[in-house]
Amino acid sequence: MSGPSTFQPKNPVLKWIERRLPIFGLVHSSFVAYPTPRNLNYWWTFGGILSFMLGVQIVTGVILAMHYTPHADLAFNSVEAIVRDVDYGWLLRYLHSNGASMFFIAVYIHMLRGLYYGSYKEPREILWILGVIIYLLMMATGFMGYVLPWGQMSFWGATVITNLFSAIPYFGESIVTLLWGGYSVGNPTLNRFFSLHYLLPFVIAGVVVLHVWALHVAGQNNPAGVEPKTSKDTVPFTPYATIKDAFGLACFILFFFWFVFYIPNYLGDPDNYIPANPGVTPPHIVPEWYYLPFYAILRSIPDKLAGVVAMFSAILVLAFLPWLDSSKTRSMRYRPLAKQCFWIFVGVCLGLGYLGAKPPEGVYVIAGRILTACYFAYFLIVLPILSRIEKPRAVPNSIADDVLGKKKSVVASALAVIGVVGLLALDSGSTARASDHGSTPPSMSWSFAGPFGKFDQGQLQRGYKVYKEVCAACHSMNLVHYRNLTDPGGPGLSVAQAEALAAEIQVKDGPNDAGDMFERPGRIADKFPSPFPNENAARAANGGAAPPDLSLMAKARGYERGFPQFIFDAFTQFQEKGPNYIHALLTGFEDTPPEGFKLPDGSTYNRYFPGHAMKMPNVLSDDQVTYDDGTPQSVDQYAKDVAAFLMWAAEPKLEERKRLGFQVMIFMVILAGLLYFTKRAVWADAH
Amino acid sequence: MTTSSSAGQSRRDFLFVATGAVAAVGAAAAAWPLVAQLNPDASTIAAGAPIEVDLSPIAEGQDIKVFWRGKPIFISHRTKKQIEEARNVNVASLPDPQPDSARVKEGHDQWLVVIGICTHLGCVPIAHEGAYDGFFCPCHGSVYDTSGRIRQGPAPSNLPVPPYAFISDSKIKIG
Ligand code: FES
Repeated sequence: MSGPSTFQPKNPVLKWIERRLPIFGLVHSSFVAYPTPRNLNYWWTFGGILSFMLGVQIVTGVILAMHYTPHADLAFNSVEAIVRDVDYGWLLRYLHSNGASMFFIAVYIHMLRGLYYGSYKEPREILWILGVIIYLLMMATGFMGYVLPWGQMSFWGATVITNLFSAIPYFGESIVTLLWGGYSVGNPTLNRFFSLHYLLPFVIAGVVVLHVWALHVAGQNNPAGVEPKTSKDTVPFTPYATIKDAFGLACFILFFFWFVFYIPNYLGDPDNYIPANPGVTPPHIVPEWYYLPFYAILRSIPDKLAGVVAMFSAILVLAFLPWLDSSKTRSMRYRPLAKQCFWIFVGVCLGLGYLGAKPPEGVYVIAGRILTACYFAYFLIVLPILSRIEKPRAVPNSIADDVLGKKKSVVASALAVIGVVGLLALDSGSTARASDHGSTPPSMSWSFAGPFGKFDQGQLQRGYKVYKEVCAACHSMNLVHYRNLTDPGGPGLSVAQAEALAAEIQVKDGPNDAGDMFERPGRIADKFPSPFPNENAARAANGGAAPPDLSLMAKARGYERGFPQFIFDAFTQFQEKGPNYIHALLTGFEDTPPEGFKLPDGSTYNRYFPGHAMKMPNVLSDDQVTYDDGTPQSVDQYAKDVAAFLMWAAEPKLEERKRLGFQVMIFMVILAGLLYFTKRAVWADAH
Repeated sequence: MTTSSSAGQSRRDFLFVATGAVAAVGAAAAAWPLVAQLNPDASTIAAGAPIEVDLSPIAEGQDIKVFWRGKPIFISHRTKKQIEEARNVNVASLPDPQPDSARVKEGHDQWLVVIGICTHLGCVPIAHEGAYDGFFCPCHGSVYDTSGRIRQGPAPSNLPVPPYAFISDSKIKIG
């Protein structure tokens, strides 16, 4: 993209095309011959990684849209149907949902790199501003995408974020109405968000083209921050940068796939596995982790309008960075003071992210205000002043000099690791609220935990028995069908067994030729029966609290693991909060509440239930369900078995996921290794 | 000197080819789920289970249309005359030669069960129309006889017979 190319294809067909549309020349000059500074480090591979992630999101997104239904009544179940029924649907969905997080991890690293090495300075101001625009578009896209599964967090996130606009004087309410297409967040909102969520990635792709164009005009910045002067300072993009980018990308994919295959729900919120309910707000609303710093800024300002203004300014201030920091030296490598302030700033952002996930009370509010002040101070006070008073160290004469005088910096990579861990630390979103007033459920050992975990078929069959004979009296399981009992990686019933179980129930069908509804015996395509005809009936029969559907229970509940435990959880692949909680709950009933606890009428005391007063009575007792395989018939065993069964119901593709994950990880390690050695071989003659 | 550098050269070449090949395998493997997801999903497959149809309400000379896997299935209760017509043809002269006996179940000659989708381009033919007292496709004029065999027009083959079986004299199971 840097002017007419001298590239001349030899093949006559290509020649013919090239004379009419110089596309090969364009590609050649932009991605082959394009001179790239020879001292770029791995932080520069994140541009390529981001392009890759945009591609992943668009491809998986287009596919998910083929199976998704944008309707308030159907969206939640259609997402679950993708995960449960579509071939590799679970993979595509987890790639897309975790892909969004990876996209933001990569973009934050990319931005911080720009910040550190002064990539926004003359002549790259427009390049930088285009980047800020891409970031804003990404935030809008990510937000609208999060609304689409139509879970509790989707719904309430949409409500809270759209209400931000109501802070605008005079027009606020009208703008919000326009966003909603109704009197509240509802079906019209979901439909327009779906449409825009599909559109915006292509807008992003368009701005990315401009971003890359501007990059190729100004040339890449580099860690030394001095412009290339002679051909000794640069190497051609291909093969040098290409192979380095490829290796960086392979490592990033390994990181990405760790989440996709082993901890796919780690970055998500359990509440989003509860279908949207306009009548009940979850006790603690948090946005996705990538918005948390800005959410913290919003909350730390006690005035509505000022809070919203502060939040948006926190992003927009980035666009003015080229003029706020007027230092002639680009790279902070040579600006000792600015460098320290930069790392403090990184800490401030992580801190804000941490606070964004905490409830807005007490010391958190004060800390939030201090960090918000620090955030703005960095851009509006520290950088402008530093750039005037700081005496930078001497920069190298040329990039070639920089390469020769370079010492391998381990510090940078160590900091990178800390940064990534810190980003994980922002994710208190996935820590649930059971512990707000309860005690922490003990961790059980589960056969399905860990990278090679598998369900214990006998346990699933026993759990199904407990569900059928006890839980099913009050709880539905609308997402599970009799056919699922025969699926690989499940309880492993034969088709005949599942057919016999299905035939035990009566299903309403019709109308027949005479126009009448009729009852017929169940088939394996039927879902498990609901004990109540509708939610109101369920509520009326259960003292006002409808027993929740159990299909996703094992993913819709969790509890706080606390810092730093939840960071280790990412490494140990801990994904068993739900079953732990279910087991604890079923064994946590106490006949007499502790001294001083006032138990409301019609409730039971439960040690692990948030607030302890539970509408559900203690329904399990020893020897209540008969086990044929000699397993002890104790409440504890029942609770374990049914918790395992519910885990399978919530995550039926767990075994397939872990099995494929292992193969993919091995493959990626091999590929990354090969790329590493290829990269070394390619670069050997550049040094 | 030259030998060692050429050995190094070929080792490098091998490395490049191996890396490229592994990357290509990875890209191809990644394409697999993207295509496989286009298959009918598990709920669609489960909904395509066999269906039972009660034949007793269908009088002689009448026919009904039922749906199985989203396809219309024609079930005709053929008259004596229609059966005769289907039998009295020179099978060898047909575009898609098939005797009537191969298209109905033995002992149930009066019942013709075919998938009502024209083998030309998929329109649904109209029963009891056309020159052969069978089916006529309005789209491009294909004519089928009382056995659902193609007799005239652009369709290349006979109306297919779905898998089905009689579970009693008046009940069939399709699928
Ligand atoms: S589709 Fe029936 S004749 Fe063309």
